Amino acid sequence: MSADQIYISTDKPPAEPAALVDDFAPSLITQANHHLCPGCGEPIAIRAAVEAIEELALADRAIAVFGIGCYTAFAPNLDVEVVQALHGRAPSVATGIKRMLPDGFVMTVQGDGDMVNEGLQEVLHAAARGENITCLLLNNGVFGETGGQMTTTTTLGQRTKTSIEGRDPHQHGHPILLSDLIATLDGAAYVARCAVNNAGNVARTKRYITRAYESQMAGGGFSLVEILTMCPTGWFVDTLEGPDYLQDTLAPVHNIGELKTP
Amino acid sequence: MTVRGTVVIDVEACKGCDLCIDACPPRVLEMTVHEVNTKGYRYPRLLAGCTGCQACAQICPDFVFQVYKYDTPLELPTGEAARQ
Ligand SMILES: Cc1ncc(C[n+]2csc(CCOP(=O)(O)OP(=O)(O)O)c2C)c(N)n1
Ligand code: SF4
Ligand code: SF4
Ligand code: SF4
Ligand SMILES: [Mg+2]
Repeated sequence: MSADQIYISTDKPPAEPAALVDDFAPSLITQANHHLCPGCGEPIAIRAAVEAIEELALADRAIAVFGIGCYTAFAPNLDVEVVQALHGRAPSVATGIKRMLPDGFVMTVQGDGDMVNEGLQEVLHAAARGENITCLLLNNGVFGETGGQMTTTTTLGQRTKTSIEGRDPHQHGHPILLSDLIATLDGAAYVARCAVNNAGNVARTKRYITRAYESQMAGGGFSLVEILTMCPTGWFVDTLEGPDYLQDTLAPVHNIGELKTP
Repeated sequence: MTVRGTVVIDVEACKGCDLCIDACPPRVLEMTVHEVNTKGYRYPRLLAGCTGCQACAQICPDFVFQVYKYDTPLELPTGEAARQ
């Protein structure tokens, strides 16, 4: 910048007539301060998820089942009923809740380590059974909370704490592309993958999540939205490099777009 | 210069990640270089030209932005005119 830049004052709302179009946090996030890292993609995804709940007026009947990962620490900040599942088991807990409360809106919030490593069979069977729930997968390609170890979604060549030289298919196997797998199951009604690495993708994330919720409320069956999220801490990159790292490392393999629509 | 919107920046909530800088289409957000908040993080400041597009608010992981759209766009003096 040049030293003589003129800054606009931003410490209070404008004096001129103006409409508030975006508040600090959506009203279903009652506690905005959190302990997730600088540049983490998970709060961005959770914001989109709760804004969609608000816009579809589902807050009064929403129950979110959380898996285990960094996002778990965000659960108490929400004004949504939350149930904490054991690692990877959220789709099964959500199945039970939805069957007992068919008019409820039931979703899961899980990571790649939680959903694709620890609990792969839970999500596969829930999808195959066509359970009328919505699962959100926050995929950063690592076990973020435990320090950045390889998960099954880690891409070939990706360096993690447990694949220091890059993921090698002979030693570590190939990544599982969860959304592609789920889309092959007849019980899955809506499957889409998006990312939060730029403003356009964040808007797309909210659009896909909204379609998944609508699918559940129409009784469509199982829906999954996979969201690629930045984990600069687990990736050992600068926060500023997170969006490009996601684009270059995860997005070429875990392709963004709708995989299955009703 | 015509500005259609503006933001309130909750400087103390910022964790200095820089995500808002690249997200802002007219590139009117700029990180401080030396000034930090009480947590020790650099934070963004606003230059003239905000459109009220909400991109910063949607991408900020720490809910730092409140976005306003002016009922009628404002004319702001720029360059030499603004410094006088
Ligand atoms: C049964 C069980 N095994 C292992 C753990 C340790 N553990 C806590 S969080 C976590 C990884 C979570 O990874 P992910 O779901 O990808 O979430 P992220 O932290 O990346 O957001 C693991 C393995 C645990 N809590 N419970
Ligand atoms: S370790 Fe990664 S996923 Fe966890 S809070 Fe930090 S940036 Fe987010
Ligand atoms: S509202 Fe849009 S134009 Fe204004 S500061 Fe935020 S990103 Fe930039
Ligand atoms: S995105 Fe938010 S937390 Fe990150 S630098 Fe900008 S205002 Fe601060
Ligand atoms: Mg993870």
